[in-house]
Amino acid sequence: MTSLVARQIGIPGRLQRTDLDVRSGELVALVGPNGGGKTSLLRALARIENASGVVAVDGEDLDLAPLARRRRLLSFLPASRDVIWPIAARDVIALGLDRPNPTRVEELIGLLELDLLADRPVSRLSTGERARILLARALAGNPQILLLDEPLSNLDPYWVLRIISILETTARSGQSVLVALHDLSQLPRFGRALLIAEGQVQMDETPASLVASERFEQVFRIHAAEGGWEVSCQAGPRSSP
Amino acid sequence: MRLLLVLLLLVAAVAHLLLPFGPLREAHAVDPGLADLILIQLRLPRTLLALGYGATLGISGAALQAMFANPLASPDISGASSGAALGAVIGGYWLGLTQPLLLAACGAAGALGTLALLVALAGRRADTTTLLLAGLALALAAGAATSLALALAPSPFAFYDAYDWLMGNFADRSLAQAAAALVPASLASVLLLRRAHALDLTALGEDVAASLGLRPRRLGLEVIALSAIAVGACVSVAGAIGFVGLVAPVFGRSISRGHPGSAMIPAALIGAILLAAADLVVRSVPLDRPIPVGVVTALFGTPLFVWLVVTMRRRVTA
Repeated sequence: MTSLVARQIGIPGRLQRTDLDVRSGELVALVGPNGGGKTSLLRALARIENASGVVAVDGEDLDLAPLARRRRLLSFLPASRDVIWPIAARDVIALGLDRPNPTRVEELIGLLELDLLADRPVSRLSTGERARILLARALAGNPQILLLDEPLSNLDPYWVLRIISILETTARSGQSVLVALHDLSQLPRFGRALLIAEGQVQMDETPASLVASERFEQVFRIHAAEGGWEVSCQAGPRSSP
Repeated sequence: MRLLLVLLLLVAAVAHLLLPFGPLREAHAVDPGLADLILIQLRLPRTLLALGYGATLGISGAALQAMFANPLASPDISGASSGAALGAVIGGYWLGLTQPLLLAACGAAGALGTLALLVALAGRRADTTTLLLAGLALALAAGAATSLALALAPSPFAFYDAYDWLMGNFADRSLAQAAAALVPASLASVLLLRRAHALDLTALGEDVAASLGLRPRRLGLEVIALSAIAVGACVSVAGAIGFVGLVAPVFGRSISRGHPGSAMIPAALIGAILLAAADLVVRSVPLDRPIPVGVVTALFGTPLFVWLVVTMRRRVTA
């Protein structure tokens, strides 16, 4: 079942107008070089800034959805991990809920192993710790669509694998998850991948065929090699990755 | 903790109204009506102004700090109080306005102009250095312009008059003046308090707030306009008082568990208590002439401000 329908969404100067459909339960990766437009696509879907076009979640126009309803439909995790106020971690998670639900907060504290951090001010934690707390906030309301900008950056290898598995579980429960990421080694875990460069969606494929494509090599200026990735010889006209 | 604050507020209010008790007792002995007159005509406006102005500084300080995402934003450091003083001086000494409500409007306009300039100079969510420098520049410019406006004012007594008022003074204000300050300030404060949850959500960043359906840009403009109205109206009646709007929200947030928007109510209670206490100090100091209440808040506020800057620096370098 299609859960997210975006038509003609764009951000002037950053993201050319594009259409996108995401089915319920899909785990979608957004990859591309720095400055290519991954974050802009997520922001346009989250209706931030002067995003054009229309985004509907389960048939409901996001721009017209009442405030309380928005949290059920969509949640956005920005790449920035900054929280300047000394709010306790558990209170930050609770900000993702439209009404108090201590059971749900405890559930997320357990899921992301935050027990020892839960009562500490989030502004004084490490970036990696804040990343987990902010992800918990994004997951809290069980939104239909999760838009996550670089949720795997600043995390140690254990947490990269744990969070991928949490996102897989989330998708299996019927939520749609869109993840902007740089760590290409995690791509095979996704069901679908979008290649975004120069402010537009260049490819929409399975991760395997995306990585194998010529366009991927042109855009990233790297190619798959035995045991990892190698810089391609030919320098393309792209922005630096 | 909140209950303790409410109790402290009640104690501060009663103490402010009744102390010093001697003159009241003497007046009552002569004529009970005279004591009532002193209480209602002289002391009540002063108590209401001290509590109301303090609460206003707490609320608008907390709202501005939440909006600028910076614990050093406040009506005085952003230059809003100085701008309000300039507005009121122009209204009173150049336009010849005498109606308290019109002067309050001039104060609000001055504060609004300064805050608008601050956003234009430093941007919203400015880093601490930019905010402090831009605010300092605006406060100095508004202060200089106020001095100039007073020096060139048609009234030869303008400078002398203004000394008693500019640095904060609650003495000899009428109930009408108190109302001119506190009615607009209360209305604006109520509207600010209604934005508490939205301001709490901006703690997660403007993008998250926008994705939740809020409009951070509009919220920012509303906070600026409402703070300017609230502080401007108070400044026009009781002068510019520093540090309360900076310090009260800091303690307010320790009660709201760090939430910047929910800190507004505790900050209001703390601001009211602080300013009533400062004015009690003014009244109890045995000096030939009264010292402005702003001098007392600055004397106590400066060490707190230094402490705040030092702890912030430690946190940044840690």
